[in-house]
Amino acid sequence: MEEKRNAMWAYIITGAMLLISLLYWSVDTYYMYLVVYIWFGFAYGMMLQYGRFCFASASRDLFAAGVPRMAVGIMVALIFFSLVQAILETINMSTFHPAPFGIHMLISGAVFGVGMVLAGGCASGSLYKVGEGNMTSLLAVIFGLCLGQAIFVDLGGIFNNLMPQSWVDKAMQTQAGILAGSGIKIPINSWFDYYLVGYVWHQPSFTIAKLISGGHPTAFHFFVGNALINSIIPAVILVCVIYYFYTRKVFIKRKKKALQKEGKEPVTTLGHELEGLWSMITASKRTSYMGILVGITAGLHILTMAGMQKKFGVTNFGHLLTRMGHASDTSLKGTVFDPGYWYITSQEGQVGAWVLEKFGWNMHDNMFFGYVNGLPELWRNPALWMSLGIIFGAMVMARLNNEFKFKLPSMELIVWALSGGLLMGFGSRPSLGCNIGGFFIRAAGGDPNGWVYGTGMVIGAFIGVSFLSWWTERKMAQEMEDF
Amino acid sequence: MAVQFDKIGDNEYHLDICGYTCPHPQMYTKKSLEKMAEGDIVTVVFDNPSSKETIVQMCEQAGHDILEQNTEGGKIRLKIEKG
Repeated sequence: MEEKRNAMWAYIITGAMLLISLLYWSVDTYYMYLVVYIWFGFAYGMMLQYGRFCFASASRDLFAAGVPRMAVGIMVALIFFSLVQAILETINMSTFHPAPFGIHMLISGAVFGVGMVLAGGCASGSLYKVGEGNMTSLLAVIFGLCLGQAIFVDLGGIFNNLMPQSWVDKAMQTQAGILAGSGIKIPINSWFDYYLVGYVWHQPSFTIAKLISGGHPTAFHFFVGNALINSIIPAVILVCVIYYFYTRKVFIKRKKKALQKEGKEPVTTLGHELEGLWSMITASKRTSYMGILVGITAGLHILTMAGMQKKFGVTNFGHLLTRMGHASDTSLKGTVFDPGYWYITSQEGQVGAWVLEKFGWNMHDNMFFGYVNGLPELWRNPALWMSLGIIFGAMVMARLNNEFKFKLPSMELIVWALSGGLLMGFGSRPSLGCNIGGFFIRAAGGDPNGWVYGTGMVIGAFIGVSFLSWWTERKMAQEMEDF
Repeated sequence: MAVQFDKIGDNEYHLDICGYTCPHPQMYTKKSLEKMAEGDIVTVVFDNPSSKETIVQMCEQAGHDILEQNTEGGKIRLKIEKG
């Protein structure tokens, strides 16, 4: 009975998404650009839910439970994604661009890392868990990622005093330069505006391919520089390190016992070590298979978006919105947030800003929304539809596996969700991305910044796990003191 | 809801962590197993699907046996014997 009901819901949700897609298509062909985001989001959601794919789990469960499942799954996804990215760069069908490099990535990553542990999931993980019926994750998304981020990038007044004078001076110079060049006076009012324009914009952005080729990369540089040096080698090293510290001891012990049982010398060889490594990689088949699929799908997403851009002759969905008569949705430079690949958090920030504007808060007077990303109506926000696609794709997969359960949070979980969600929001804006945009996409795309953010995430996760471990230890001791 | 740990028999316990999201189910399971004696059994009940993968692997690595497992009405039950 439950299975039949779940299957029915799965069909209803998928049917609704199909209807929405057809509706958009019937209004204007340009909306197919947005529809592509919906369905890739849907695919991500299904894969994330099935594979229990959560970047928080990668470091969190490693530190908290000694389980390397997700860390390995992400490394697998990274390797496959990097190869697809290298192919796309070679055929000039990539929408990827590196981000400004700097220590800000490490600090933001650490803040995000603490947040994702407290919230119970990273940005993409929280979205798929909303699809499973988890309202704790929904709280983290709404208050942390949506409202928290929007307020974070718009805070001015006394917060501006925290900015170094050199950033303020640089921001003013840049503002004057853009005004002279394009006639646009960029809005610099909040602390985040000074940070972005006075510091981040002046940090170097590069990929390994560009670095080793002197600025003119070829296929060789994309594969060797971006894929091999920036993704595959670090991923393989990490997998080996994880095997050595978390899995090897138990595996080798069991192997030696097995050898003794067979009457052989309990001496293990390199072959046994490789066997142990392989058994760790394949321990959770659903995670590893989904890792491969996620990596390939993320690459196909880039290819499709690049294709759509070429088809419509644009570099941003904002240009299509303007053609359709919705220029008011766009930023001062006529763009909206349109990453061209898998991304989370920026679009959630736009939701928060859109809501706050309904209450009279001016969210157009800052760089993040006013100049860079715009504030389209929610139903015309392509990246937001990708996030909704993730939620509904995960919901369909959860329903099909009878794993959907509507869960309201307790007071304790509300505290975790709000604090974790806010920290995730605060840790994703200064880095211009989260676990997906800040780490995964960049590490696979040849941007070493991705690893800087990833390192920060791991440091933050360690801090978060240490705190939660203390908390759960206290509670368990109380529960078990009578026994 | 709150964490509930009860003794239900000789060397047998019940840990209810329903309502909790990651990483609470896996952390509470780990904490309770650490405090139990070898051979003790605990039935862990939770409703966060992704925790199951972690708890199963955690038990496998630590040498605990999963005697029974089932999912019903969104609730996952694992009967674990401490190894």
